[in-house]
Amino acid sequence: MSLSLVIPEKNMRYPSEDINESTILTIVNNERKKVVPSSSTILNPLISVRNLNVFIQKNHILKNVNLDLPNKAITCIIGPSGCGKTTLLKTFNRLLENSSEIKITGEVLVDGENIHDRNIDVTHIRKKMGLLSQRPCPLPMSIYDNIAYGPKIHGIRNKRKLDVIVKKYLSAAGLWEEVKDRLNAPANRLSIGQQQRLCLARGLAVEPQVILGDEATSSLDPISSKTIEELFVHLKEDYSIALVTHTLRQAQRIADHIVFMYLGEVVESGPAAEVFNNPKEKLTREYLSGYFS
Amino acid sequence: MSLADHTRYRIFKDILARNIMFGLTVFSLLLAVIIGLGLYFKSAPILNEHSLWSMLSSSSWRPFKGEFGFYPFIMGTLWVTIIAIVIALPLCLLSGIYLSEYAHPFIKRLVDPMIDILAGIPPVVYGVWGVLVVVPFIGDKIAPHFVEYSAGYSVLAGGIVLAIMIVPLIISILTEIFASVPKELRDASLSVGATKWQTIKFVILRKSTPGIFAAVVLAISRAFGETIAVLMVCGNISQVPHSVFDSGYPLPALIANNYGEMMSLPLYDSALMLAALILFVIILIFNAVSRIILVRIERRFAL
Ligand SMILES: Nc1ncnc2c1ncn2[C@@H]1O[C@H](COP(=O)(O)OP(=O)(O)OP(=O)(O)O)[C@@H](O)[C@H]1O
Ligand SMILES: [Mg+2]
Repeated sequence: MSLSLVIPEKNMRYPSEDINESTILTIVNNERKKVVPSSSTILNPLISVRNLNVFIQKNHILKNVNLDLPNKAITCIIGPSGCGKTTLLKTFNRLLENSSEIKITGEVLVDGENIHDRNIDVTHIRKKMGLLSQRPCPLPMSIYDNIAYGPKIHGIRNKRKLDVIVKKYLSAAGLWEEVKDRLNAPANRLSIGQQQRLCLARGLAVEPQVILGDEATSSLDPISSKTIEELFVHLKEDYSIALVTHTLRQAQRIADHIVFMYLGEVVESGPAAEVFNNPKEKLTREYLSGYFS
Repeated sequence: MSLADHTRYRIFKDILARNIMFGLTVFSLLLAVIIGLGLYFKSAPILNEHSLWSMLSSSSWRPFKGEFGFYPFIMGTLWVTIIAIVIALPLCLLSGIYLSEYAHPFIKRLVDPMIDILAGIPPVVYGVWGVLVVVPFIGDKIAPHFVEYSAGYSVLAGGIVLAIMIVPLIISILTEIFASVPKELRDASLSVGATKWQTIKFVILRKSTPGIFAAVVLAISRAFGETIAVLMVCGNISQVPHSVFDSGYPLPALIANNYGEMMSLPLYDSALMLAALILFVIILIFNAVSRIILVRIERRFAL
């Protein structure tokens, strides 16, 4: 793994070998885009991203991302496939750096602290930023143990406490009724949709501050989807939520804030109503009206 | 060629391939049966003369007097094998985990070929090394602390040499197994704030349990049969070892040392064949039992 975290204040440094036509273009584009105010509308953002650049194996994946995510609200990240939505979420909980040949520059501030700070405990960041991966991935253990896993790792040993936690979060994810009679059955026997809810419950069980959902409802039927959506709306009272979604209608239903990404750049971000009704950028308008997806 | 012809041709090839592979599979299975039967018929004379149970439980091996007790050899085999596994397994698990989870790719690239080289060294070389290094080390340095006298030629020496021989095999299988654990699983565990070590302990090792078990089974099967290196360092005295510093005489060593000599002794030839048959059956039973356990593990852990 080669990982170097260069975190300059505001002055971006591109590695010389990566300078090519497209990066230069990006720099130019970004100069232009700085005019668009994105943070002015958000008073005290929980997550602030400043000049974030991510390179995977020398490919420039996230290009000079500047973002503010509001506290106690749902932000939907939309954009065509391959535009870097998953990469952005994985940067937020520092999971990305486990892959090989990653280079990250810029700042991600959560609650005012830079998550890439040298003195910060990575596990602390990951607990705080609960990520639900795009594909559900149950741990090779029982349903009960999947939920109890996180709390146990963080030191809760009391069986009765664990029982309460398991029930609470399985109910929260709308799975309790379906699995309450087979909590000791292996988790991978669940259907994909059930696994997705299981992973949601597992993520919630460590009580994160931020929920990062990567297409959390992609393999659910409309009704379970609705349940989860309602859950998110309910959860935003206590959590900040960032959801990647391909379903624009879902974004319209639940988003307070929209981030539209295209080819690794944030094209537009703002309050949901504004972006949906009156997009500033031509690309956003085209995406929203379904010219491309 | 018409479309129908083409389809028929493809189906024909499919059937042909299946039958050829089926035939070859049956052939290799048959080979095991043939060897087993051959050993059985060759050892029939001694089985007619003495009861199997008395030979298995007797400790007296005096071919001149017509006494053939296999107990010391069976125990010798078990001692050496168990010592080898007890030494090799923790070593392999820890270095396997290090190589696949922690090591820098550069170190891995450096170590992988070395492990292959270790696996390729002929057993007799390990045997010579055992005689020159391990045996004197045990005899002079270790044994005096524990027992009054040991020449160093012991089941411990056999176990150590054997352990070193099976280490590369186990490590290379284990790294394969750890590599086959999907990255998403690690990510899922790390995402709830687990440390790397917690992820390894609770997720990766758990997921790999059947694979680790299978690797150990393979290594033990190999250890049972290993002959020459063990034979050179074990002392080869037909006694039941009572401590790791006692000499032992494993079954393969018995066969290799004596086959072709003193064949004029009545039933001697047949007794050695019976030794081979016993070894064969031990490995057979061992594999059958471990297969059952493996299925249990898989069901229990629901992997
Ligand atoms: N490990 C990796 N190695 C190389 N390239 C990668 C890696 N991970 C992601 N990428 C590249 O980064 C870009 C963004 O990928 P990402 O998974 O973030 O897209 P996404 O917006 O989540 O797409 P989708 O909507 O299809 O999930 C893609 O071009 C992808 O090929
Ligand atoms: Mg994605």
